[in-house]
Amino acid sequence: MSDTIRTDAPPEAAARRTGEFLPKLQLTGDHDLCPGCGEPLAVRTLLEAITDVGMTHQCVGVIGIGCYTALTSNMNVDLIQALHGRAPSLATGAKRMRPDTLFFTLQGDGDMASEGLQEVIHTAARGENVTCILINNGVFGETGGHMTATTVLGQRTKNSIEGRDADYHGYPIDMMAMLAPLGGTAYAARGTVHDAKGVARTRRMVRRAFETQLRGDGFSIVEILTMCPTGWFIPTAEGPGYLDEVLRSVHGTGEWKRDGELLTQAAVPPGDDEDLLA
Amino acid sequence: MTTIRGTVVIAEERCKGCELCVPACPPDVLRMSERRNEIGARVPELLAGCTGCGACLLACPDFCFEVYRYEAPQEHMPGGDA
Repeated sequence: MSDTIRTDAPPEAAARRTGEFLPKLQLTGDHDLCPGCGEPLAVRTLLEAITDVGMTHQCVGVIGIGCYTALTSNMNVDLIQALHGRAPSLATGAKRMRPDTLFFTLQGDGDMASEGLQEVIHTAARGENVTCILINNGVFGETGGHMTATTVLGQRTKNSIEGRDADYHGYPIDMMAMLAPLGGTAYAARGTVHDAKGVARTRRMVRRAFETQLRGDGFSIVEILTMCPTGWFIPTAEGPGYLDEVLRSVHGTGEWKRDGELLTQAAVPPGDDEDLLA
Repeated sequence: MTTIRGTVVIAEERCKGCELCVPACPPDVLRMSERRNEIGARVPELLAGCTGCGACLLACPDFCFEVYRYEAPQEHMPGGDA
């Protein structure tokens, strides 16, 4: 054991703590989601971005229905629970009554793309001043692990057990390609949490989306690709690789629209990737 | 002798043994130990050479890592306890 370093207590030598266990707005690290799940990482970027833009005192989340809903009891933010897929409409009404408050929706791909697709399309087209966070793992994790509208071709789920087949199941919907061109959309980006750089970049995307909303520029959306090893029938350690190879091949990451300008090629948000905790 | 620029504290009781921190570590100084926590999950352990970059903290879905950077780099002697 002598070649390992003690990790049960802070170091004795002079050291600076550069990264804390929990984001400031998170109450506890205990949660009941599966090992290897990417959703707690997505929620981490969200909570840190709220702190980054200084709106911890005046922020309301509208929550969809999915595994991530179980994380809401860990979040030290005011929350409204929406019906399945209806979070963007609920956020629209609440934002119009409280224009100075930061509003975000937290929805999964099953919630946003399968159950409530028209809600988010109309909210984007109207240019509502809210931020939607879409957590996309290509599977209805909470309600049994079946296919969603964003499940990529070849991906295995409970009801596409041989892999999604275009002839039988149809094609996946690329949410960014659909929402970014709408006139009311001011900011659209797709991040990933399959590696540390992806998490750091996603945090900057969410921060930019919130800044877009605070400037009053219109609708902003950040889609976050997350691992679901349980729903994908793979060992937890293979989750990030599967996301990178399979999900990212269809759902490309990067910024799709910035300051109302459609980007022809999805761009990586600028920033210093060397310092991950900045 | 290995230079150590940072270190981590691991909340082993929260770990679910998903192993995502092991490939996430750029200097490759995390590995899964044979030790198990209360829920029966194997927990990671730290070898000499941590840079304090924080990649493990960002990759861990169970909030098990706290990251420190030493004011002055430490030297780790093989066989000694840092």
